[in-house]
Amino acid sequence: MNAGMYRIPILQMGSTLLVTIQVDMQDQTALALQDDLAGKISATSAKGVLIDISALEIVDSFVGRMLASISGIARILDATTVVVGMQPAVAITLVELGLSLEGVRTALNVERGMQLLQRTREEHLLGR
Amino acid sequence: MNQDARALLALLGPNVAKEWIQEGGGTLTEGARRAMEAEAAELVQGLRSGFEEGGEVGAFEARPWAAARETLEALSRSRVAQGQTAAETSAFVLSLKRPLFSALQRSADPAAAMAHMWSVSLLVDKMAQWTVSAYQRTREEVIQRQQQELLELSTPVIKLWEGVLAVPMIGTLDSARTQLVMETLLQRIVEAGAHLAIIDITGVPTVDTLVAQHLLKTVSAIRLMGAECIISGIRPQIAQTIVHLGIDLQGIATKSSLADALALALQQTGYRISRTDQ
Repeated sequence: MNAGMYRIPILQMGSTLLVTIQVDMQDQTALALQDDLAGKISATSAKGVLIDISALEIVDSFVGRMLASISGIARILDATTVVVGMQPAVAITLVELGLSLEGVRTALNVERGMQLLQRTREEHLLGR
Repeated sequence: MNQDARALLALLGPNVAKEWIQEGGGTLTEGARRAMEAEAAELVQGLRSGFEEGGEVGAFEARPWAAARETLEALSRSRVAQGQTAAETSAFVLSLKRPLFSALQRSADPAAAMAHMWSVSLLVDKMAQWTVSAYQRTREEVIQRQQQELLELSTPVIKLWEGVLAVPMIGTLDSARTQLVMETLLQRIVEAGAHLAIIDITGVPTVDTLVAQHLLKTVSAIRLMGAECIISGIRPQIAQTIVHLGIDLQGIATKSSLADALALALQQTGYRISRTDQ
């Protein structure tokens, strides 16, 4: 790992992985996060990934695509991804970029995101 | 200061303002006359200082005339507020010619007076032009402000229920309007922590592909924020148009009236409505 690169920490809470993005994402950081998350999901066999982007004020198409691909990777590894706390300006930017993040689940804040994950897990257990 | 400027400065004597009002004021009440005299005196003072600072008659945009220009702008602003026309406003400024010309006539040297005549005429014309353009600028500012107010008036975000917001859209949906609606709605969703937003398009006269695209954008943005969206108030004609245009509203809940949308919203948030008397 080179010294100048920032890696986003991934916290584990039960069977959920919590990622809070506090810095503006560089392409390298985004790629590293995608890599780390894939490894962590398979290592911990987590069932849910919560990505909090409430501190993110600027997104570009790369970060938007990264969110979509993380969600796709997690789904293959049998985990549900919820992106929470998107700022209005960020949502508008993504829509204007033509990225509506189909297949990515969203929630207003971390609490709602947790509820959503809980609900998905229960439905999953019921075999729906 | 050259000869010409010195001669013109001499014309701007203490009585010019009074004569000017007599010429350009028409019939006035005592109060209005006094206010106009004050304006005229201030303007004459501005012109004097313009000449003293070496202002050229041909270059009214230059720095020495700043005071005179400001006075003219203030004058046109007050005329706009009073509802006077641009013609009346510039006619008032142009009527300064009469007292200046008669002052020239009274001067001793008729040959020199003819030479100064051109300068006087040029200066007053420039002043009138400046006044008219300032008048127009002020009017445009008024129009712009009204447009902005209209835009803001027409996009209220209403809280219908705990966690349910509604936006009744009224008027044509263009890009600027959609942008504003999106911004205010998303902001309110964050503030209120709303689950659901209802967009009511009863007041939207026509829906074409562009309007539909704007609506879809808004719905996508709302979903990205983690809330859901219902579109209501779709009139029969609009429903027909949407289908004929081949606009895909699949995956978006649509209801014909706001009442239906609210019922769906309550159902989705887990409320049940029942009458108590039956």
